[in-house]
Amino acid sequence: MEGLERIVLEHPFFAGLGPEFGAAISGCARNLRFAAGEYLFREDEPANEFYLIRHGTVALELHAPGQPVIVIATLREGDILDAAWLVPPYRWTFDARAAELVRVLGVNARCLRDKCEADHDLGYELMKRFVGAMGERLRATRLQVLDVYGTPRS
Amino acid sequence: MVDAKLAIEQDGLQRIIDALARRGYRVIGPTVRDGAIIYDTVTRLDELPVGWTDQQDGGRYRPKWRGDGALFGYAVGPHSWKRFLHPPAERLWQARREENGFAIVESEGAAEPLAFIGVRACELRAIAIQDRVFLSGRYFDNPYKIRRDQAFIVAVNCGQAGGTCFCISMDAGPKVETGFDLALTELVEEGRHLFALDVGSAAGADLAKDLPARPATEEEIEAAERVVARTKGQMGRSLDTDGLKELLQANPDHPRWDEVAERCLTCGNCTNVCPTCFCTTIEDTTDLVGAAAERVRRWDSCFTLDFSYIHGGSVRNSARSRYRQWMTHKLAHWIDQFGSSGCVGCGRCITWCPVGIDITEEAAAIRASPEGSRRDADGGA
Amino acid sequence: MTPGHEAREVPAGWSVPQPLRVSRVRRETADVATLDLAPVSPFAFAAGQFNMLYVFGLGEVAISISGDPAKKDRIVHTVRALGAVSGALARLRRDAVVGVRGPYGSCWPVAEAEGSDVVLIAGGLGLAPLRPAIYGVLARRQSYGRVVLLYGARGPSDILYRRELETWRRRLDVDIEVTVDHAGADWHGNVGVVPGLIPRIPFDPHHAVALICGPEIMMRFTIAALRDRGLASEQIYLSMERNMKCAVGLCGRCQFGPAFVCLDGPVFRFDRIAPVFGIREI
Repeated sequence: MEGLERIVLEHPFFAGLGPEFGAAISGCARNLRFAAGEYLFREDEPANEFYLIRHGTVALELHAPGQPVIVIATLREGDILDAAWLVPPYRWTFDARAAELVRVLGVNARCLRDKCEADHDLGYELMKRFVGAMGERLRATRLQVLDVYGTPRS
Repeated sequence: MVDAKLAIEQDGLQRIIDALARRGYRVIGPTVRDGAIIYDTVTRLDELPVGWTDQQDGGRYRPKWRGDGALFGYAVGPHSWKRFLHPPAERLWQARREENGFAIVESEGAAEPLAFIGVRACELRAIAIQDRVFLSGRYFDNPYKIRRDQAFIVAVNCGQAGGTCFCISMDAGPKVETGFDLALTELVEEGRHLFALDVGSAAGADLAKDLPARPATEEEIEAAERVVARTKGQMGRSLDTDGLKELLQANPDHPRWDEVAERCLTCGNCTNVCPTCFCTTIEDTTDLVGAAAERVRRWDSCFTLDFSYIHGGSVRNSARSRYRQWMTHKLAHWIDQFGSSGCVGCGRCITWCPVGIDITEEAAAIRASPEGSRRDADGGA
Repeated sequence: MTPGHEAREVPAGWSVPQPLRVSRVRRETADVATLDLAPVSPFAFAAGQFNMLYVFGLGEVAISISGDPAKKDRIVHTVRALGAVSGALARLRRDAVVGVRGPYGSCWPVAEAEGSDVVLIAGGLGLAPLRPAIYGVLARRQSYGRVVLLYGARGPSDILYRRELETWRRRLDVDIEVTVDHAGADWHGNVGVVPGLIPRIPFDPHHAVALICGPEIMMRFTIAALRDRGLASEQIYLSMERNMKCAVGLCGRCQFGPAFVCLDGPVFRFDRIAPVFGIREI
């Protein structure tokens, strides 16, 4: 597992994380690969795994009846796939499609949740990083929603 | 600059008007109309506001009979000389459609040269300020330049200050210092009525030759100085300009802006009567068949919603932001832009505001409790 | 109608436009067109400057010049149909005659940026005023460090200058990242906002200059992201926009704090307007 631990600690999301935590996380982790076009997960499926993108692009999609699929964001190397696994009801809220060959670190959600309950320091380290990442995502989403390049509203 | 101290009798002013008319000037002076002392073409002395003064306060103006036959016994009214040098409407050019597009015909400059009778020190300062706006930049305004170069100015030292005057605070009066061709100080007292006459330019000296003027006596010179000194002590308002630019620029979120916004109607009267406000709009129009077009420049006001309109909305939507823009521009930004304050202390904006908003009072209120919320150069608060 | 022999010279009051012929029209997107105008004599301008374009009898509007400053035989404008005048301009055909006066305003620091990395960031139509700067940088590519272009558009069908972007992208010495706010699954590029791209682009914050043009909200977020990367306010330039009528500092409308956007801008070094930028309704 030593290689996996190194991979965990090298991922940008875990920058600054103490090595003792790296061991805990890698104990729940595995390397995964998705081919272009494959879906990592679909909306409403149980969110069992926390993904960290190591390579490649993942498109987040929403579908609506009578409409072509809408891509709402693309995430790349260094980004994480979501926090839905962290809080109930533990369900994905969008589809995630590999836009090209994608390599991710997959961390088992239950395993990691249990370890965070047992070690609150680990939990806090993860929470800090999540809040930062989600805050960034929210800011970007707000700007996106404004449709600033569209026809100006009166 | 020729400088001579002369004196003429009261009716000598008619000779000034006649001499100007003979030289081809359209003479513009004060006259009473519609309940106010305004500026319009005059030919005879009895068209001037003989024996009239004015009572002014925040949102109040009333001409009042003073009965002593003074020709310039009032302060300033709703008009300023900008309506002649920088007219409310001016056609810039006309165009006509042609087979290969269109051709432009530029408008000629001013018609006859203008002569102004009764220009006060604050108004001279206002003209000088507008000179800097229109003539000192990379692009100067040609029609303004023509009118300005041709204008003959007969200034008047104020015999009394108005109820809303604060020219002393702005270092803009009450004594006329420079920028005039002739300057008069009216002496109506002790059974005499005459004018001390200062010559301020070669053109003024040339005109003075046609006048029944004689050298002023020592006593008359001293009497004229007493008139100015008396006026100095009568100012109706005052404005502390010390550090005012920094104060206003550092306080864009001061609560006083909200407070004044509750009173301000954004009617734009202040910009209309202010002798230095210069903002305009450009109107491009065409005739019904689309064969001829013209471009007209008209006075506009930063208080209109249109003024700051871009992309489907106004940048300055609220009354708060528009009042803040006007006052901050006038007293602060103007200094960065043109090297001096834009205010001359004439008090017109106070008098003609329907709700009596007083720029000196607003400045004092902000000064009394500055917030210092200026952002630093890093864009942080 | 015979295509114009050249327009007549007109006397030069500041408000007088010169009638010029449209020599070429390119439809960029559904509501955006690029017009080439034929000047009477070689037309010189600096990247970032704008002209006032007049439609006979209708009105005038400020449009950035979007062509190559090295090509003085044409005047290029990219116009989006937003109002009466811009709508009329965007619908013009070849050989129509348009009134032109300019160039006005300040310019991008293309020469001053030599020796530094250059990060050009465009949002929507903001790519048009930046394009002359891109030409300028690429014309002397060896004088600059890394060159990065970030471009955000509404959707794939709103992307301007597609062929040119693809040409630049084929160069090995320019980084181009295009992102859109929304897309369908047939778009294989980025979806997301421009500021989101900034953490990842390669440049040296100690020796870089950023040139930004786009909607003001987008510029605000972009500047925050650049500051997070370590760029100082003196290294950031943006192009501002306000209501304009005279374009020469005489009508007072384009004031932004103490600055006249037509004289002191439209390109501003950020530290010079930072105290005013972001104040609501200023």
